[in-house]
Amino acid sequence: MPESEAATPTPAQPAPARPPGRLPTRIELFLGFATIAACGFGGVLAWARRVIVQQRAWLSAEEFNEQLALCQVLPGGNIVNFSIMFGYRAGGALGSLAALLGLIGPPTLLMMVAGMLYARFGALPELRGVFAGLAAAAAGLLVATVAQMFATTVKRRLRPAHAMMAVTFVCAGILRLPLLWVVALLMPISIALAWWERR
Amino acid sequence: MSGQSNTLLVLLANFAACSLIAVGGANSAVPEMHRQVVEVHQWIGDRTFSELFAIAQAAPGPNVVFVVLLGHYVAGIPGALTAIFGMCAPSCTIAYGVARVIDRFKDARWRTVIQAGLVPVTIGLMAASAFIVARAADRSAVTFLITAATFALVYWTRVTPLVALGLAAALGLTGVV
Repeated sequence: MPESEAATPTPAQPAPARPPGRLPTRIELFLGFATIAACGFGGVLAWARRVIVQQRAWLSAEEFNEQLALCQVLPGGNIVNFSIMFGYRAGGALGSLAALLGLIGPPTLLMMVAGMLYARFGALPELRGVFAGLAAAAAGLLVATVAQMFATTVKRRLRPAHAMMAVTFVCAGILRLPLLWVVALLMPISIALAWWERR
Repeated sequence: MSGQSNTLLVLLANFAACSLIAVGGANSAVPEMHRQVVEVHQWIGDRTFSELFAIAQAAPGPNVVFVVLLGHYVAGIPGALTAIFGMCAPSCTIAYGVARVIDRFKDARWRTVIQAGLVPVTIGLMAASAFIVARAADRSAVTFLITAATFALVYWTRVTPLVALGLAAALGLTGVV
């Protein structure tokens, strides 16, 4: 339905803060987010920026950062939230759906095939070592990601924030408390601390 | 049959909860996923969990699709679809609601405060995820060395992590691991 950005003044449509380029149609949304998913090995954010800002100029770099920051505040996958919010802005509810399906549809199919292969061949003695090696490398990758995130916080000396990190780690990683309780309890404290530090 | 639909309902509820507590990204919910499928329901072994996580990391796509593998392992294709639906529906509904009203919140100060507050919790949860996955994956000196080498490669160089994953898989094929 290409009338998405035509002058149909439905009340659901927000007044968008003028996009730098032309906003995509729903088919373009689907294909764009499918491209982001297909190229995004080990994290799709870099590819989201490349496709949306550089290749197709759907958003300026500032708008991209602003929208992404908002998505990081919301629960759930950042890029998933981004697809919903950007899709809505470009094409309403169906735009959200098109972007979301483009982003998670093909990878979901791929993962189902991978799951079937793993169930069928994962226990083969010849492949045990492959999966053990992959798992060890994936663990190292995750540790490095956390270390990089941690390193960026150390430059600005944020003492209470580091205490929050330690408490969260112990609750979730060592004590294995239900995460719903951990987040419900620690998030408000952490936000209050952030507010207090910024007064 | 009723056992299967019960399993799907539990999967749905678990991943819907994970969707809402995944602060700062999907990997923040890995400790809760592990707690549910490995410890509470014992559907998946510790080692299998870490291997499925590795498959998801090695494949393209957003991090949330890890739950497809978990759901598939527990209950086949219905489980896979239930898991991804549960993981996306609540958070997407919230994102959609925010998208509809967002121009009423032009002032971004509240957002920077919430964001600053989110960072420590996210890092703590990601650290817990890394700890859980590493403890499950590192069962020998060789696997521990692979984890350490991957960490070094990703942290101190700009080489794509796919190189480390590929080398580790190749090493596994030779029988060293």
